[in-house]
Amino acid sequence: MSLKLGVPSKGRLMEKTFTWFEKRGVSLSRTGSDREYAGKVDGIENVQLVLLSAGEIPRELAAGRVHLGVTGTDLVHEKLPRWEQQVEEIAPLGFGQADLIIAVPNCWVDVDTLDDLDAAASAFREVHGHRMRIATKYHRLVREFLTDSGVADFALVDSQGATEGTVANETAEGIADITSTGETLRANHLKILSDGLILRSQATLWRSREAQYSARDKATLETLLDMFETVK
Amino acid sequence: MVKRSDIQARAAMMRVRFEAAGGQVVDPPLLQPAGTLLDLYGEDIRARAYVTTDALRGEQMMRPDFTVPVVQMHMRDGAEPARYTYSGEVFRRQEHDPDRSNEYVQVGYEVFDRDDPAAADAEVFSLFALQLRGLSLRAATGDIGILIAAVQGLKTTERRKAALMRHLWRPRRFRALLDRFAGRTPVPASREALLASENPMGFDTPMIGKRKAAEIEARIEALREDADTGPISDTEMVGLDSLLAVRETMPFALEQLRDVAVDLPQISPALDRLEARIAALAARGVNVHDLDFEAAYGRTSMEYYDGFVFGFYAERRPDLPPIATGGRYDALTRQLGNGTEIPAVGGVLRPDLMLEIEEGAQ
Repeated sequence: MSLKLGVPSKGRLMEKTFTWFEKRGVSLSRTGSDREYAGKVDGIENVQLVLLSAGEIPRELAAGRVHLGVTGTDLVHEKLPRWEQQVEEIAPLGFGQADLIIAVPNCWVDVDTLDDLDAAASAFREVHGHRMRIATKYHRLVREFLTDSGVADFALVDSQGATEGTVANETAEGIADITSTGETLRANHLKILSDGLILRSQATLWRSREAQYSARDKATLETLLDMFETVK
Repeated sequence: MVKRSDIQARAAMMRVRFEAAGGQVVDPPLLQPAGTLLDLYGEDIRARAYVTTDALRGEQMMRPDFTVPVVQMHMRDGAEPARYTYSGEVFRRQEHDPDRSNEYVQVGYEVFDRDDPAAADAEVFSLFALQLRGLSLRAATGDIGILIAAVQGLKTTERRKAALMRHLWRPRRFRALLDRFAGRTPVPASREALLASENPMGFDTPMIGKRKAAEIEARIEALREDADTGPISDTEMVGLDSLLAVRETMPFALEQLRDVAVDLPQISPALDRLEARIAALAARGVNVHDLDFEAAYGRTSMEYYDGFVFGFYAERRPDLPPIATGGRYDALTRQLGNGTEIPAVGGVLRPDLMLEIEEGAQ
C-alpha cells in the first residue's frame, strides 16, 4: 500500500496543484495520453497520484480511500457535515479563491441585508403563492446559513450550472453561488447582500482522518509535511 | 443494547393502553406526499426528513412524524369528538450527531375535542405520565398561547405584529425584530439611505425576475410607514421580558404571570385557560405543585404547537432527546382543514428510550 494523493483531474485546478507541489519538490504529472486519468509522482517514494473530479475528493477523503486530497473548502463543507471529524486541513494552497454568497437582482433596491430578504420573502409568498426560490448547488450550506440567519419562506432549487441566469429566466428569485471577481453577477444584473457571505473558499490540501496509515505511510506523510515547509 | 423486538412489544403494550383510554387505532402510510410537509415546515424539513421520488407521484417523504397525517385524515373524514392512537416508525435525517437514531418508534395519542380544552390537555398529560410511571423523569410544561396573546395585543401596527408572529418560533430573530420595533437597535445605513431617497425607483438597472416593481414599491411604502411608527413602549417590553422569564412550578408561575398581566392585560384570557388547565390536571391526580412551567418552553423545534406544551426528560441522561413530547395544535387543524378547524392536543412517546433508561438503571 502507498499514500494516496487525490488531485483534481483537469483544468486550472490540476495545473496549479501540480505547480504548488513542484515548488515543494514533489513532481506530479499525468502519464499516457491526455485523456487517460493516470499519473505519476517523482521526488518522493510511496506516494500514488489519484486523479479525480474535484467534487468527488471530499467523499473519497471521508471514506478513507485517499489519504490526502486537494479540493475547495466549499466542497468539503457542503459534502461533509462532520468535516472537522473526517478531515484535517493541512494547507490552504493560495489559489481557487472564491466566496459562496447570496445574490439578488440589482433592481431590488429595498433589499440589502438578510433581514430585508426575509421580509421580502414573506411578502413574496403572499403575492405569488410560493416561497421565494434560491437557486444553488450548495444545498446544505445555504439552508443552514439562511436558517441560522432567521430567514423563513425560502425554498432552494437545484442549479448545477449557469446559476446566475436563473433569475432572469424566472426559475428562481435569488441565487447562492461561488464568485471570485463578481463579473458574472454584474453581467446578470445581480448584487451580493451586504451580510450575504456564507463561506470564503480556496483550494486546500486535506488529510483524511478515516484512512488507514501503515508505518511506512506515516513516515511518508512526515517527509511530505517537511517538504511542504520549504518552498523553492 | 435494546432489542428491536422488545421495542415493538413495548410499543404494542403502550398502544393498547391508549386504546383502553378511547383511542382508535390509525396507521398512516410510511411514504407521505412531500408537498404538504414542505408547505408547512418549509425548507427546514428537507434537513430533517428523507426525501425520495418517483416519476409518477413526484417527491415523497419517509414519515417524519404522525401528527400531520393523522390531522389530515381527521380533517378529511373524522367524526367528532375523536381520539386516535398509533405506533410505528418515523425517520429523521441525522447529519451532525451519529449517536442520534435516524429511525425510531413513536407511540402517540391525539385528541380532537371541542368541549373542554383544559380537560383534554389534562387527559393527554396524565395518560402520558401514567405510561412513564416508574421512570424518574422531569416533566416540563409551557403555553405558547400566552406569548401569542401577548404579541397580538401589543399597541403597535398589524404589520409589526404579523412579523413578530411569523418568527415566534425563532427566538433569536424574534428578539432582533422586537429590539428594532422598540427602537433599541440602529436602523441599517442602507435602509436609512433608501428612506431618504426622493426617487428610490429611479434606477437604470433592468427589472429582472418574478418580483415586480409594484412589490418593491409596496415594501418601500411599508418601510416608510414603519419608520413613522413610534417604538413599542418600555412597559410592553418589560412585560414581554418578564413573561418570557417566568420559570416556576405551575401555581407560582400563574401568580407571576398575573403580575405580568398588569402590563400586558391582553394575556388575561390565556391565563384563565392556564388556570383551568391547572385545575383539570389536579382533578386528574397530577401533582401540579411539583410540575414545572416555563413560559418560553416549546419555542424551538415545536413549530406547530400553539397552546399547552409539555415534555418529559431523563435528567440523569442529558445525552438523550426528550422521552415524550406533546402539545396543543389548534392552528395546524386550521391550516390542514380547508376552511374547517377543531381544537386538538396530543403527543408522542419513545419506547426505545424508555427501555434504554430501564436497562441503564439495572
